[in-house]
Amino acid sequence: MNKVPGTLKLGLLRGQMEIIQFSRQKEAVVFTIFFPVILLAIFGSVFKDTIAPGVTFSQYFVAGMIASGLVNSGFQNIAINIPIERDLGAIKRLRGTPLPITSYFIGKAISVFASMVVQVLILLAIGIAFFGLNLPTDPSKWITFTWLLILGTASSTALGVAFSSVPKNGRGASAIVSPVVIILQFFSGVFFVFTQLPGWMQQVAAVFPLKWLTQGMRSVFLPDTFAAQEVAASWEGGRTALILFIWLIVGLFFAVKTFRWENK
Amino acid sequence: MKVIEVKGLVKSYGDFTAVAGIDLSIEAGEIFALLGPNGAGKTTTVEILAGFRIPNSGSVSVLGFDPATKGDAGRSWRNRIGIVLQTASDAGSFKVREIVKHFSAFYANPRDVDQVIEAVGLTEKRDSLVLELSGGQRRRLDVALGIIGNPELLFLDEPTTGFDPEARRAFWSLIRDLKAGGTTILLTTHYLDEAEELADRVAVIATGKIIEVSTPALLGGRSTAKATVSWMGRSGLESEESDNPTAVVTKLAAQFDGEIPELAITRPSLEDIYLKMIGGRDE
Repeated sequence: MNKVPGTLKLGLLRGQMEIIQFSRQKEAVVFTIFFPVILLAIFGSVFKDTIAPGVTFSQYFVAGMIASGLVNSGFQNIAINIPIERDLGAIKRLRGTPLPITSYFIGKAISVFASMVVQVLILLAIGIAFFGLNLPTDPSKWITFTWLLILGTASSTALGVAFSSVPKNGRGASAIVSPVVIILQFFSGVFFVFTQLPGWMQQVAAVFPLKWLTQGMRSVFLPDTFAAQEVAASWEGGRTALILFIWLIVGLFFAVKTFRWENK
Repeated sequence: MKVIEVKGLVKSYGDFTAVAGIDLSIEAGEIFALLGPNGAGKTTTVEILAGFRIPNSGSVSVLGFDPATKGDAGRSWRNRIGIVLQTASDAGSFKVREIVKHFSAFYANPRDVDQVIEAVGLTEKRDSLVLELSGGQRRRLDVALGIIGNPELLFLDEPTTGFDPEARRAFWSLIRDLKAGGTTILLTTHYLDEAEELADRVAVIATGKIIEVSTPALLGGRSTAKATVSWMGRSGLESEESDNPTAVVTKLAAQFDGEIPELAITRPSLEDIYLKMIGGRDE
């Protein structure tokens, strides 16, 4: 008798299906891909000042939008969609097959990553074309960008799966998940310059991953001279990686521990 | 060979006992029907056997394994079973062939995708989105996804609820084809005719207990059931149950000295027997 197919191979197939499913939900595509662009257009038109020599608000804002894109596509979409999938019986059906649950998680992460790549490309293209965005030329910045995108996708996906156990059903999911994300965005310096926020807000935000993703993306898109203006007067790359990694482990732990295949 | 062996199965949710001590023994190649009204414990039983729920007590062996088996052993066990649960409404944005092909990738020895689509009669719909299917077509897709892994054992939980008569006939013939191919099938239904039509053996289940296990023909002592002779007596309609209705009629003919008013002799239909069996348990 042949062996059942491998977990990674099935994870890739799940990723393909998740991407097909996502791309056929036109509202979701438009919202996820173009919402950051619309926000960039609004904020870029309202705040035309520079926040430091050579750093426009648009430049600062693009870093925040990419970071919060990771939270939207990963954490928010997944924590809302899994309860809906449970309502529809999708997860229960998969549970009755030899598909390992790990492959299901891998599929989610792949689809988040794919959606991020598209989002980033569109956001950067529009930023360059209309809002004077400058791309980094130093290859080491792009290496930072790559690991941030991968680690950010992984931890955001894991935390989304973990948080998907909180909503009782698909109908209530959005009302529970969205406020968490919006508050986190305000606290983490996505919409405002982080160091101008009240101290207590900064401290709360420092516990959560979005602040570190945002700061990490600033280290990619802002000149190194700006590092002096960060809270620690440095980009804190190592600490960012560590904190994102800890959140990834926490997310995976609760994802596996609390995952349900049907609603209560 | 026993495909399913269950002893003393109990499952409760809080104060409610859904399954109250069930024994089952199902042979390879058999179509076995769990027949009972809604809430009788059919679905809970199937969901325990299919590995979705953990019983409170009792022993369960399905294809030689405890359905709660996890890890690689659990995967190879699931590779050998197919599950068609009650109505799901997932996968709407996939095309029929896309989703069947995707599920085929989960199994070690899947059936041919196009043959399965053909077998469930969805060949014309293979490139349609699942959300465009009718209720009956959707249910046939459920079956396609249940059998794509070429299972030795197939669970079907109320497969034809909401079907029109024609669709049910087509579905029944599909199930008979699967049996002919050697698949063991555990079916739940609340349709008596479905159990009678398909099942080699039927277990009647009500309020979490099995009342009787039998072939459809012998269910409830149907073949030996007493006939009821009824007539209009002096003080209204009278009746008598008897193994020898002819003797009763002869006796009555003598009493009435000729024509017996409103004479009728009836034997219970399977439905009468079934309703009597589950009705007695309702309180």
